[in-house]
Amino acid sequence: MTDAPTQADIDREIAAAHAAYQRRTADGAPVEHHPRRDYAPYRSSALRHPLRPPVTIDVSRDPELVELSSPAFGDRDVTDVDNDLTRQHTGEPIGERITVSGRLLDRDGRPVTGQLVEIWQANAAGRYAHRREQHDAPLDPHFTGVGRTLTDAEGTYRFTTVRPGPYPWRNHLNAWRPAHIHFSVFGTAFTQRLVTQMYFPHDPLFPHDPILQSVTDDAARQRLVAAYDHNLSVPEFSLGYRWDIVLDGPRATWTEEGR
Amino acid sequence: MTHGAHDDTGGARTALPTPSHTVGPFYGHALPFPGGEDIAPLGHPDGITVHGYVLDGAGRPLPDALLEVWGPDPRGAVPAVDGSMRRDPARGGHLGRNGVEFTGFGRIQTDADGHWYVRTLRPGARGRHAPYLSVCVFARGLLVHLFTRIHLPDDPAALAADPLLSRLDADRRDTLIAVAEGRAAYRFDIRLQGEGETVFLEFQ
Ligand SMILES: [Fe+3]
Repeated sequence: MTDAPTQADIDREIAAAHAAYQRRTADGAPVEHHPRRDYAPYRSSALRHPLRPPVTIDVSRDPELVELSSPAFGDRDVTDVDNDLTRQHTGEPIGERITVSGRLLDRDGRPVTGQLVEIWQANAAGRYAHRREQHDAPLDPHFTGVGRTLTDAEGTYRFTTVRPGPYPWRNHLNAWRPAHIHFSVFGTAFTQRLVTQMYFPHDPLFPHDPILQSVTDDAARQRLVAAYDHNLSVPEFSLGYRWDIVLDGPRATWTEEGR
Repeated sequence: MTHGAHDDTGGARTALPTPSHTVGPFYGHALPFPGGEDIAPLGHPDGITVHGYVLDGAGRPLPDALLEVWGPDPRGAVPAVDGSMRRDPARGGHLGRNGVEFTGFGRIQTDADGHWYVRTLRPGARGRHAPYLSVCVFARGLLVHLFTRIHLPDDPAALAADPLLSRLDADRRDTLIAVAEGRAAYRFDIRLQGEGETVFLEFQ
């Protein structure tokens, strides 16, 4: 009973959760753009999700809510080279250089400008420069895998980095994460806060990964996958991936002075 | 956080949201920054300390949770000043806060014992609300972050009149009110699941 589940066990649970979602929507339930916090195939969620439903707050009744404002970040918080993960050491990191860029938008498609975008990732061999990392792939002395930037006047962000490798984890026997870059973004309201992951197109690990598959809606899951964009590729330097981010959650309907 | 495409405001809402994912276990060298828990300017007379544990459904503290705290100044004004995580253009590292300005924002990683603390300014009231600090909880295993609020216990009349707190049963309400420990220190535990589960909020 204490044996780790196999990939086949997890694949069955993933399929069951998909089927349950399809039954719900067929019966008229709303589209679920986000994972359920009690998604069982991701084992770490078992003791870390609330059992009670959240208490709903209607922000339209209350423009004074602290959560309708957002922390300010500016040029003091981010230096110019923080968005280039290939230039943080004396030498160049090993791996396939990539340019990752896109726009930060709200649910109305309006750009979110001047806000903080942070990323972190494994190196090209699939290893994080983190003390708790147990995977024995090589560390790269020239790669930390951490970056940050502010969105510009069009809501655009841009990073230069290397393509991360897939890596094993211990959710189940033979569990491998598809290659991904972690993103943390702020909107104009704290209610729009988002932490997520960007994936690369056509990764064969997609169907087996309980974190990606926790997004049970097919279209929503597809929105986590970047598109190769030849126009973003830098000649003689890097391959380009485009990934737009759309923040959920309500924002203030008025414009705060000076923001 | 589960809006359909045609629900609120009657406006366009044309863009479909990017799904949330867990922060995972390896954000520790990316998101926390030195002095993240010290939001209050040094020596400010309105400084308070709030501390506690983040606990799972078995009552075990989480050594890998990340909290973000966001609150107004003692007059109730929301800070619009940057500089929470000032960077050093020369070395590329963090400079930390400048010790004078109040940005209202902090980020705290629970320690190996699952304990966290924040030193900030006593929040002021806004609108009809009792004063509170907004908290966003991230953790490995948590696929979508959780919002909650820290209220201070010092003004029972304000708490009784608060539009959110007055909607809740007494036992649930108490999960949103810190316990005074004297000398401007307060205890606030966050229970993710089960007995005494903290009230978490969804904004629509
Ligand atoms: Fe990861």
